[in-house]
Amino acid sequence: MANYRIIGKAFPKVDGLAKCTGQTRFADDLSLPRMLHCKLHRADVPHARIVSIDTSEAEAMPGVVAVLTGKELPTPFGILPVSEDEHALSFDRVRFIGDPVAAVAAVDEDTAYEAMRKIRVEYEPLPLVFDPADAIANRTPPLHDYGDDGNVHKRVSMEFGDVARALKEADLVLEDVVFFEGNTHLPMEQHASLALPEADGRLTIWSSTQTPHYLHKAASKVLGIPPSRLRVVACPNGGGFGGKSDPFNHEIVVLKLAQKTGRPVKIALTREEVFYCHRGRHPVLMRSRMGLRKDGTIAGLHFESLLDGGAYGSYGVASTYYTGALQTVTYKVPVYRFDGVRCFTNKPPCGPKRGHGTPQPRFALEVQIDKAAAKLGIDPADFRLRNLQPPKSVTANWLEINTIGLRKCIEAVVQASGWRERRGKLGRGRGLGIACSSYITGAGLPIYWNKMPHSGVMVKLDRGGGVTAYCGATDIGQGSDTVLASCVAEILGVDLLDVRICVADTDLTPVDLGSYSSRVTLMMGNAAIQAAERAKDLVARAAAEKLEVPPSRLVFSDNRVFDAEEPEKRWMSFAQAVVCAEAKWGTVATAGSYTPPQSPGRYRGAGVGPTPTYSYSACVVDLSADEETGALRANKIWIAHDIGQAINRNLAIGQVEGGVYMGLSEALMEEMAYRPRRQGVHKIPSMLEYKSLTSMEMPEVETILIEDPDDRGPFGAKEVGQGPLLPIMPAVANALFDALGVRVDQVPIAPELVLEALSREDRRAGPKSYPDLRIGKPVRILTPEEGGDGYEVDQERKQKQKRREERTKA
Amino acid sequence: MEDGRIRVTRRDVLRGAGAAALVGAVAAGQEPAAPPAKGLARVGPGAVRVPFTLNGAAAEVSVEPRVTLLDALRDRLDLTGTKRICDHGACGGCTVFLDGKPVNSCLVLAVDVSGREVTTIEGLAKGDDLHPVQAAFVKHDAAMCGFCTPGMVMSCAALLSVTKNPTEEQIRRAVAGNLCRCGTYPHVFAAVREAGGGRGADGGAGEAAR
Repeated sequence: MANYRIIGKAFPKVDGLAKCTGQTRFADDLSLPRMLHCKLHRADVPHARIVSIDTSEAEAMPGVVAVLTGKELPTPFGILPVSEDEHALSFDRVRFIGDPVAAVAAVDEDTAYEAMRKIRVEYEPLPLVFDPADAIANRTPPLHDYGDDGNVHKRVSMEFGDVARALKEADLVLEDVVFFEGNTHLPMEQHASLALPEADGRLTIWSSTQTPHYLHKAASKVLGIPPSRLRVVACPNGGGFGGKSDPFNHEIVVLKLAQKTGRPVKIALTREEVFYCHRGRHPVLMRSRMGLRKDGTIAGLHFESLLDGGAYGSYGVASTYYTGALQTVTYKVPVYRFDGVRCFTNKPPCGPKRGHGTPQPRFALEVQIDKAAAKLGIDPADFRLRNLQPPKSVTANWLEINTIGLRKCIEAVVQASGWRERRGKLGRGRGLGIACSSYITGAGLPIYWNKMPHSGVMVKLDRGGGVTAYCGATDIGQGSDTVLASCVAEILGVDLLDVRICVADTDLTPVDLGSYSSRVTLMMGNAAIQAAERAKDLVARAAAEKLEVPPSRLVFSDNRVFDAEEPEKRWMSFAQAVVCAEAKWGTVATAGSYTPPQSPGRYRGAGVGPTPTYSYSACVVDLSADEETGALRANKIWIAHDIGQAINRNLAIGQVEGGVYMGLSEALMEEMAYRPRRQGVHKIPSMLEYKSLTSMEMPEVETILIEDPDDRGPFGAKEVGQGPLLPIMPAVANALFDALGVRVDQVPIAPELVLEALSREDRRAGPKSYPDLRIGKPVRILTPEEGGDGYEVDQERKQKQKRREERTKA
Repeated sequence: MEDGRIRVTRRDVLRGAGAAALVGAVAAGQEPAAPPAKGLARVGPGAVRVPFTLNGAAAEVSVEPRVTLLDALRDRLDLTGTKRICDHGACGGCTVFLDGKPVNSCLVLAVDVSGREVTTIEGLAKGDDLHPVQAAFVKHDAAMCGFCTPGMVMSCAALLSVTKNPTEEQIRRAVAGNLCRCGTYPHVFAAVREAGGGRGADGGAGEAAR
């Protein structure tokens, strides 16, 4: 293992002191002279045509400076170019309770609130749809005038190899129907934004966003101003988890109000409003048919998912593909079929939450594997070891796998938990469960098609010895600021705290696509290494002249530049070396960038799933289950994560534990609940009633980092922010089976479901049936083993796709 | 009062005019609108001057009786370290000390702190000397996004002020009202054990800072 000064160590994070003393400035902590306060008037009906909006009373109120309706912002937007279906303020139609209709800017928050309540909207009710099964059956008029048909937003069907034959020839076929309820991010920080108009007509916004670049694109489009006239600064996020990855109504609204009034305008959402912004975990009903051979290997898999998307597109098309993409990455699945459907319903829009579309199928798959192992009389850990994908391979659905640390992960948790000795022997009411997972280290493709880098870093050296690193990445608590400083400090041989970071500012920093898809450490890290190496090269060549040694002999360490052969004789301080470099070359400023490698899949839909490298996790949960009450309690969780190389040990372990925390919270209690018979109003839009795990339920977590550097990661690093969440929910369900012999095929695994399973003859609780998705014929793609080329078998489609590629090349 | 926290219900706050026991608060404007209940001074609805001790120094804020301590701190006194998160007393993010005891500042009316001592996250460190809880939080990375952190730090500091060397169970109970969505709990436990004088149990902080 390489000998690093900073990488892999447990230095305190660079922003730790500010956070522990209350000095970090989050968006809601900012204020400016003459600042106005904004409130949004949100729909109180779930689906209606807007007949009229009367703002006269609000406008007449003293202290109200401006009232805005959607007619002034008619351009639609949305995070994905294929589903730009939102408006900053709805002007013709509202689609869920909480959809913003009008906005007020006033001298203080109370006045804005009072004025907001005086806006009168006349609605003409439209039919409601809350259940995707109703949406599928086309029983209601569509929410949108685009999509695949009716309220079906997206319908996907792909087959890699002959799955029907594989299932027919299999020794055992399991069929399971599983439901994963929707839940939300519940970040501690509610969304907030502050917009500033400048004298020359430019606009600046400070916002709690994970994706300043995408906000920059969307807001400039809706406002009708060139991106060069808009500056987006992402403040440190008080937690994101995916919930701040879309461009939001309130962000565009405060920009417009600032433009209109010529004064700074701020909005801080209330906790209730955060529940309406949502973009959280999709509720997904799934059916999985797995064919198995007697030797305990998987022969084929047919996986189906039905997503309840809520009222808008958001990331939904990607979410749909993600419910089917990574099944083949964890275990070897020789032939695979995936059918997915996403529907629109009159509820807050779903989107990406930690694990984006993959925790739901991961739950279904890992529980099914547990059942398969039991049927075949194979230990569930051994079953998983028998089905590992080989490293440097391509899956049936054309995803390229680089390194795999899953075997080590499984072996580590099996040993640490005493799996072999303790499983099945803890007595009734207590059990062990195992599950595994894999996750992308950054999406292989950007949200909008382009050939530019996904991340850029600039490094500037100061003649005083200071180093500044610039990058568009946003620290949402995952520690990206520390990762940036660590990569640069390691290369240049300076202290972590000597690196000043300047991040997430579209005027000052190069683009980084955003803090989503676990992409920042790998992509920003690689860009940072390239930028720092280029700066180091300039400094080394200048210092070498002065020290009269070849540049290749120079070492950068401990704020010194020295000759490796005579470290105490020929050396100078880093600051002196920078002076030499500046004298020789002029200002020392360099840039680095990173673009992921191209993936081999060429079929339509192949864009979701590829990544430079996948991370792997395995976990064992020790669970107590109360037969009387159905209550579950995790006693301890062992988790091993294939991280390639930790950039900062402390932060990496924190991310793993954070994933365990959120996964366990989802497994046991988190759910978005609505009242379909009360107009679909959110049942529990508060932090008290939306149940989440507290310090009292947080179990002991033993984290094992598996470090086999991956040649595509910075210093060998892979992601850690999302993967470790994935195996927790199924491991809890599997531990429940070990404890009480019952199966709950549903998340959250609520006490009443445990009791229901105990009371039933089949010892199971969960969904009973799966609706007909009217899928039709799947798109066929040959697998790599069948000699495919990554394109659809259908020649016409293939030619079309090739022509499209040539056009883009030209 | 079992945990030493002041009980002011949300309803009291929403009623508008504060009718709580006021010590030394002076109505800045009009006469009281209604006769005070027995033993209670009635003030408002106009602004009231509230003199109190804030982070060791004399302070004064002029607020309507309906204004919470949280809003007074953040919006009137520019002490933004204390976070507004649920605004309902559900998350502990706005925890400050009132006369040395932790309270949810979103559930305390500003007029109620008249003549009393308030300490916020900004007043916890003594100059450059961090409170031991803060130092241990930094070392153990007990803050991820950092948004629950000020409240979490205050709850832990309150625990140490009454319980030297607390057990993990005591720490869990002390922060039971402090939600953290990053799931820093294990690092918080490790940090507080160390700050309390116990051995810094393995919370992942093998190597300390320089």
